[in-house]
Amino acid sequence: MTRYLMSMGYPEGSTPPSSDELESIMADITEIRRQLQAEGSWVFGGGLHHPSTATVVRSKDGTAVTTDGPFIDSKEVIGGVTIIDVADLDAALVWAERTSLATLGLPVEVRPFVDDRLE
Amino acid sequence: MSQSLVSADHSAIDRVFREEWSRVVAVMARAFRDLDLAEDAAQQAFVEAATSWPRTGIPESPGAWITAVARRRAIDRIRRESVRGDKQHQAATISKTGGWPDFDLGGESVNDDVLRLVFTCCHPALAAPAQVALTLRLVAGVETAAIARAFLVPEATMTQRLVRAKRKIRAAKVPFRMPEDTQLPDRLAAALAVIFLAYNEGYIATSGDELDRPDMCAEAVDLARLIVKLMPDEPEARGLLALMLFTTARRPARVGEDGSLVLLADQDRSRWDVLLITEGQELVRKCLRQDRPGQYQLHAAINAVHTDAATFADTDWRQILALYDQLVKIGPTPVIELNRAVAVAEVHGPEVAIDAVEHLDLNGYYLWHSVRADLFRRVGRFAEAERGYQRAIETTENAAERQVLRRQLAQLQTNPPGL
Repeated sequence: MTRYLMSMGYPEGSTPPSSDELESIMADITEIRRQLQAEGSWVFGGGLHHPSTATVVRSKDGTAVTTDGPFIDSKEVIGGVTIIDVADLDAALVWAERTSLATLGLPVEVRPFVDDRLE
Repeated sequence: MSQSLVSADHSAIDRVFREEWSRVVAVMARAFRDLDLAEDAAQQAFVEAATSWPRTGIPESPGAWITAVARRRAIDRIRRESVRGDKQHQAATISKTGGWPDFDLGGESVNDDVLRLVFTCCHPALAAPAQVALTLRLVAGVETAAIARAFLVPEATMTQRLVRAKRKIRAAKVPFRMPEDTQLPDRLAAALAVIFLAYNEGYIATSGDELDRPDMCAEAVDLARLIVKLMPDEPEARGLLALMLFTTARRPARVGEDGSLVLLADQDRSRWDVLLITEGQELVRKCLRQDRPGQYQLHAAINAVHTDAATFADTDWRQILALYDQLVKIGPTPVIELNRAVAVAEVHGPEVAIDAVEHLDLNGYYLWHSVRADLFRRVGRFAEAERGYQRAIETTENAAERQVLRRQLAQLQTNPPGL
């Protein structure tokens, strides 16, 4: 089994979904989570606040400096992440497709974790 | 030195290589689940064969010989890299239990392995240039340096492209297996697109003036033959093969004695390759019998109609138009509509064709300008024709095409037809 990080991106400054849309999105996302849990593939996941709420800590010469803001300025923002544990990339892509459909077409990036678990 | 029973000249070894390469890589890939290891082991085994067969002769079952050597080399490498605990474990398992799945090189299972290899190389998680490079290297067995030369990139760039792709396959666990039934149509379409892309890139690259450039078109044709053999029920694979055969058949007539491009209407049809055309037409007939049309089959059928005509004037444009109508039905694109308009002009006249091309959003495409220019010329709108050729000359990136367009423009300016 391999763990994958699914990140849901949205364009910075895009119009947020209406409350009706949001309700339907959340219902679909909850259902996906329930099914992932049922097959034992769910590891962790959740939605994220806006990047403006982020704080960055950098260490230099043994001293940590804390600053406001996300560490990368980008046109796309990560709105939420899910970590799943599935057989292979094809299995992960099925869940990514469902998540993208559920979020009305948000792109979902799928990245494998480095496998350092002990057998 | 003993006299060998089977002579092992260069061409015989070469033939074994062509027949066995993809099978050996595929079997290694299934056994070790590592494409890089599979490629490396197969490569070493073929090098050893090329060294020892001229002395010993070609063994009775060359594929089994090479696979056995490749397997040893793979296990050697795993042992050498034993710093990684899991690989050490893997090597131990394989050598102890002989954990070697049904290893019959002649059997159906190897054919399935080759298909798995194709689908892994053409996986949609890989970028198109990586899919093409991987397929040519791992399935067709083309050397990295030759792929690089064919596609006009430095060898280091091509090596990097392959390394990155294999790394991604391993890290992201792109599975080595047949796609599910529901995915198969999409995955097969992706694999055929990769082969067609390899063909087209090879076609463009080799139409330049460097004659020593390796011919990826021939490799792409061989890949299509492989898919047709492994998936005989897929008419689109057969259609793609036919399409590439027709294109290859007409190639000798496409270039004039001075190296310039010759348009279909002006080609010396006696220079077309009759054997390839016959094979292509037989494939198209099989497709028609299966009656599950798709874009490659329809394009191939259009080519079959063209190659059926003894002269350009004999072309059955009504049939070509009917085939374009079907293409538009299954997947309309502006380029297909433009090509359809060429047939419309022949069947219903240039005025009707002008109406069919005017609305197409192809302002950056030189062929749109040149088709329009040609239609305007035929209805006597010479000023618009002239502007069209000029725009076509500005928008094409291909020197040979530009030359043809300049010639057409010059003809129009000095001697407008019908005057």
